[in-house]
Amino acid sequence: MSKLTTSSSELDLDHPNIEDYLPSDSIQQPHAKLRLRDLLDISPTLTEAAGAIVDDSFTRCFKSNPPEPWNWNIYLFPLWCLGVVVRYGILFPVRVLVLTLGWIIFLSCYIPVHMLLKGHDKLRKRLERVLVELICSFFVASWTGVVKYHGPRPCARPKQVFVANHTSMIDFIVLEQMTAFAVIMQKHPGWVGLLQSTILESVGCIWFNRSEAKDREIVARKLREHVEGTDNNPLLIFPEGTCVNNHYTVMFKKGAFELGATVCPIAIKYNKIFVDAFWNSRKQEFSIQTSFTTHLLQLMTSWAVVCDVWYLEPQNMKPGETAIEFAERFDMVRSIISVRAGLKMVPWDGYLKYSRPSPKHRESKQQSFAESVLRRLEEK
Amino acid sequence: MGNTSSMLTQYDIEEVQEHCNNTFSQQEIVSLYQRFCQLDRNSGGFISADEFLSVPEFAVNPLSQRLFRMIDGLNFKEFVAFLSAFSSRATLQHKVEYIFKVYDSDGNGKVAFSDLLDVLRDLTGQFISEQQRELVLTQVLEEAGYKKDSILVLSDFMKILGNTGLKMEVEVPVD
Repeated sequence: MSKLTTSSSELDLDHPNIEDYLPSDSIQQPHAKLRLRDLLDISPTLTEAAGAIVDDSFTRCFKSNPPEPWNWNIYLFPLWCLGVVVRYGILFPVRVLVLTLGWIIFLSCYIPVHMLLKGHDKLRKRLERVLVELICSFFVASWTGVVKYHGPRPCARPKQVFVANHTSMIDFIVLEQMTAFAVIMQKHPGWVGLLQSTILESVGCIWFNRSEAKDREIVARKLREHVEGTDNNPLLIFPEGTCVNNHYTVMFKKGAFELGATVCPIAIKYNKIFVDAFWNSRKQEFSIQTSFTTHLLQLMTSWAVVCDVWYLEPQNMKPGETAIEFAERFDMVRSIISVRAGLKMVPWDGYLKYSRPSPKHRESKQQSFAESVLRRLEEK
Repeated sequence: MGNTSSMLTQYDIEEVQEHCNNTFSQQEIVSLYQRFCQLDRNSGGFISADEFLSVPEFAVNPLSQRLFRMIDGLNFKEFVAFLSAFSSRATLQHKVEYIFKVYDSDGNGKVAFSDLLDVLRDLTGQFISEQQRELVLTQVLEEAGYKKDSILVLSDFMKILGNTGLKMEVEVPVD
């Protein structure tokens, strides 16, 4: 996995009010005179540290709880075995067939359209959009996906940005089968990368590289250009920046809210009874490519992927609101999505998976303690 | 598949329980083991510095560096013993001893002015100047009847912290 490095410039920009969530026992002392006992008693800070070692909200976001084994007795075990036979022996081959069929249809339409209609861009784009929606539907069918969409369907209007919570790469496919979004993604190696550069390019995709610090400005510019373009597909952004286990949401990155566009929240919730769709990229030791393949295979050998998608009310700039104030509402949008999908909010930046927290948080704790010491010193 | 307690036998649990003087129940030890395995991502049998620092709530704690020295490279038995001071069943003596150990970085049983200064520096960072810190410490030490060059031992800590309501408890989530 990538080495842990402090990329403070990256993290500083997105950490509102984290102190509101962290325990602040150390400043609960009454305003009495400072005694030796007060300085020696480091128990509040120690308790916080031990509490974090025993259980912390960040790790909980990426924990994939294995389902309780229900096949543990003599009656249920044969049933489970039968289920395995059905899933691997019958469902899986059928699904592979469906998917292959889908690819054949897709490629036999897409390649001619892409090659022959080179001059007629508008028509070509419209057909490619329909075809991408088609192949995504085939993908969803190959997992026996049962997706319930709630709310008004997105329409392709300019100056729109869609934001959604992120659980797995399949979030994109589930949403794409309904509307051809343009999306911002990390470029992957292998066959996924090939798909990204050929097919997704047609609906409009923006690439970013998490590990490059300068990348942020370049990406922000590309996003703005895309949103302002009249002919582009609506943009879909996952502001968490990483996959979370569908029980929590981590902090949203502000970038999506600074584009001067209407923000339309989408909430996605998977039903775990059928399959746990969380793509636990932290567990994987191998390359992303292999693990995504494993993830897809796991989905294709499960009973079904059942999820709900809610298209929520678009957020516009209120009259008299500045762009900065509008961008500050990003946490409110996160709570709208979290409430709708029944997710708990945690105050951590998803990128802490890959790097250390900025020293600012520790410094604010130190500052509040220092101030209380100095204040109590003055007391008589 | 299945739960991780199958990796810990009853003997293991009892051994760990004995090592931590029965401050944790067997269920709590099982939960702690699950947590230990969760943190020990490369399954090396101990949690390295990197793995501890990957818990952001721990990494932002001002005393995390000091605690590091005490927890780096601990195996599971020692990990539980380390956390035993935070159990509700731990005695006040045990908790005060623990705090003493955090101050006594070289482990020689003596806490000097420099040790007190070090911990205060960790807790206050750059927000108090070094001179102010020394002044504050000297002042409270003298008020308590000690001198700047006094060496504090465990019994002093017991006297100072012993009759306070020392609240140092962490609940182990048991599912």
